Amino acid sequence: MKRWSSLFLVVGACGLASAAACSRTTSDSPADATAAAASSADNDWSMPNKNQSATRYSAVSEITADNVKNLKVAWSFSTGVLRGHEGEPIVVGSTMYVHTPFPNNVYALDLSKEGAPVKWKYTPKQDAAVIPVACCDTVNRGVTYSNGKIFLNQLDTHTVALDAETGKELWKVKQGDYRNGQTMTSAPMVVKDKVISGVSGGEFGVRGFVTANDINTGKQVWRMYSTGPEEEVGFPGSVETWKGDEWKRGGGTTWGWYSYDPELDLFYHGTGNPGSWNPDQRPGDNKYSMTIFARNPDTGKAAWAYQKTPHDAWDYDGINENVLVDLNINGSMRKVLVNFDRNGFSYVLDRKTGELLQANPFVFVNWAKGVDLKSGRPIEDPAKRTSSTQNTKDICPSAMGGKNQQPVSYSPRTGYFYVPTNNLCMDYEGVEVKYQQGQPYVGAIVVSKPGPGGNRGEFIAWDPTTGKKVWGIKEELSAWGGALSTAGDVVFYGTMEGWLKAVNAKTGDILWKFKTPSGIIGNPMTYVGPDGKQYVAVLSGIGGWSGIGVAADMSLDDPTAGLGAIGAFKDLANFSNQGGVLTVFTLP
Amino acid sequence: MITLALRCVCAVLLWPGLAAAQETGQFRVCSDPQNLPFSNDRLEGFENKIAELIAKDFAVTPSYIWWGQRRGFIRNTMNATLKEGRCDYVMGVPDKYDLVLTTRPYYRSTYVFVYPRGKGLTIASLDDPALKKMKIGVHLLGDDYTNPPPVHELSKRGIVDNVVGFSTFYSAENPPSAIIDAVANGRIDLAIVWGPVAGYFARRQRVGLELVPVPSGKGDLPFAFDIAMGVKRGNEALRTRLQAVLDKRQPEITKILKDYGVPLLERTGKVR
Repeated sequence: MKRWSSLFLVVGACGLASAAACSRTTSDSPADATAAAASSADNDWSMPNKNQSATRYSAVSEITADNVKNLKVAWSFSTGVLRGHEGEPIVVGSTMYVHTPFPNNVYALDLSKEGAPVKWKYTPKQDAAVIPVACCDTVNRGVTYSNGKIFLNQLDTHTVALDAETGKELWKVKQGDYRNGQTMTSAPMVVKDKVISGVSGGEFGVRGFVTANDINTGKQVWRMYSTGPEEEVGFPGSVETWKGDEWKRGGGTTWGWYSYDPELDLFYHGTGNPGSWNPDQRPGDNKYSMTIFARNPDTGKAAWAYQKTPHDAWDYDGINENVLVDLNINGSMRKVLVNFDRNGFSYVLDRKTGELLQANPFVFVNWAKGVDLKSGRPIEDPAKRTSSTQNTKDICPSAMGGKNQQPVSYSPRTGYFYVPTNNLCMDYEGVEVKYQQGQPYVGAIVVSKPGPGGNRGEFIAWDPTTGKKVWGIKEELSAWGGALSTAGDVVFYGTMEGWLKAVNAKTGDILWKFKTPSGIIGNPMTYVGPDGKQYVAVLSGIGGWSGIGVAADMSLDDPTAGLGAIGAFKDLANFSNQGGVLTVFTLP
Repeated sequence: MITLALRCVCAVLLWPGLAAAQETGQFRVCSDPQNLPFSNDRLEGFENKIAELIAKDFAVTPSYIWWGQRRGFIRNTMNATLKEGRCDYVMGVPDKYDLVLTTRPYYRSTYVFVYPRGKGLTIASLDDPALKKMKIGVHLLGDDYTNPPPVHELSKRGIVDNVVGFSTFYSAENPPSAIIDAVANGRIDLAIVWGPVAGYFARRQRVGLELVPVPSGKGDLPFAFDIAMGVKRGNEALRTRLQAVLDKRQPEITKILKDYGVPLLERTGKVR
């Protein structure tokens, strides 16, 4: 549910980037090697997760483990918006593009001038009535760049193309209707000549879909659903896993991140929890909710689909990013996809065939003892399966997940994944009277609470070849912001208190930290400015699901408010206040 | 968990709604712009009519803060970050709803069975074996067990395959009347619907429909609920004043509810 993208072929990156930057293009990671020629320059950060493989690894190395301690604020910028700021700015050449939560403003900042003044600002017109439809704060996970255009998904389900130079709106298409519960919060992804976008709204029974629109005209090329008949899903086997025609409100929304392998010509995305019925009322596996899809970008048809959590009873929305890397698995190099799921397991799949190679818990997990690699199914603990007829206590991880939307980073230099995690468990218990749309009803109380040890988060380094944690930094609050790794062997991440931390990629030693104006749920990024210096930038602005209490100024008396988030984070206001600010750092 | 300390802190920080009403000459209702029979922005709902009554006693013009009555309704209206976005009271919440400070209930209604009259059908219990063979419509709210009681209680009885879901949330394709239309036109055999919704839309059908209260069996969830008004937590003064108006106007309020077809329940469980 809630419950609650992107990489592309940047053929036109040189249009805005300097010629020098384009000539310096190199490979970001092994998986990127084949795409290197067409990929954006190392100096840029032109798409949300840096590259099509979604590694969030930058080959820029001016800032190192040795000198990062000298990092200073270069400049900062207020977004003018108070609510939760997920995602990251992008940089193409000498321009930075900064997005905001609803109303989804976009700013172009001129990096070639002192203090990075505003080059243009785009302010969409959206009906404020869309705000109550957004489940988990009015977040947006960023814009993307391709062919001289900036692409934006608005909360009211419009996908917009802007002229990157002027901010002029080139086209705008409506992907859904917020009055039916549909919203858009994810960043779009460009693959070749198509911009691909997903939909949010699982808690309103929205039937998830992905859409490809022509980047030049906005015309819809295809749309594929997560549930339903083969011709609408692009893959068989969904309808028979639902009662009657319940697949029509089957959920499986697509609000996460996307990645693309140009060699296999497949893009990857996840789907969210099954739709609005209680688990007792939707017998079956409920395919293809909670699934990783590998799809052809030209037709939308799926090469394979792997369901991580059949018949979800916990809201383990399966939309987290799929990182494409080449790994030595059991002695042979494999082209794999690595996914750190809300359900607490880290999955390694052959990205060509969908074969499950590994599945290991990366946080404390007790709803399942493991995953059967043959069948791909979790080995559940029946005592932890929730039901409307019983209380279920101490389920780990909580509905907020072992990891939520905050994207991981992979460094080819260390071979580690850097994973911001939640250490949260939950109780499904009791009954309380609630009220929506004029109807009183009695609902289960879902209370999130700190997991074993009491710390609510941990930033970990993870060795994907062994399936084990290498080191970890315990965080008082959840690590709800994404990770960045660099060729300087420094890893950056933000905390809900507002600290941006720099860590030694090999050892996990904290090398530097800075307290930004508000809590960080966004993702740090790095780029080389027109002056040739490396910069690190991060959006702070507390909110999102975990920070909804502060973002929306909610009463702290109700631990089940914000879908249980208040129970877990009621002390957040002691650490952080609202307000969107971009802070940019560099070496003196 | 709620601590006493937190409660006290909140009480101190609360915005004095009564003072606000007096200063501005307004008494603002948090209301859904598109949710008949309760309210809409054309002021056609029974809550709109009752708001007019109450405003008279407060000697103010009724005014509205419009917001979809979905998750976050209270947080975005009564508890809104910006003072200008805040309202003074909400017109319909369950008794002792803990996000607000509630008045005493001003009506009690119940979920009802809705089925065509004159077809020899009599359903008055969830344990009626006939339910296993009928096509039954229910409203759905979301997942995570946030669903109306009929959804849970049918499931508990193993009645799953023959149940059809209707969205509770307004949309052009699925207005709240859709579930009653479906009974009237035979798409489903029976619906289990919250009383005010059922009563209002059943009257607008050409086909005669029976509305029968759904009784709670032992261990079942409740099907009848007391509905109250609410002010911001801590604002005892405003609640007291609002309560006095409700007490005075109760006969007129009850008449409005009856005019809108709301099945009103007495403690006996009988519709009057």
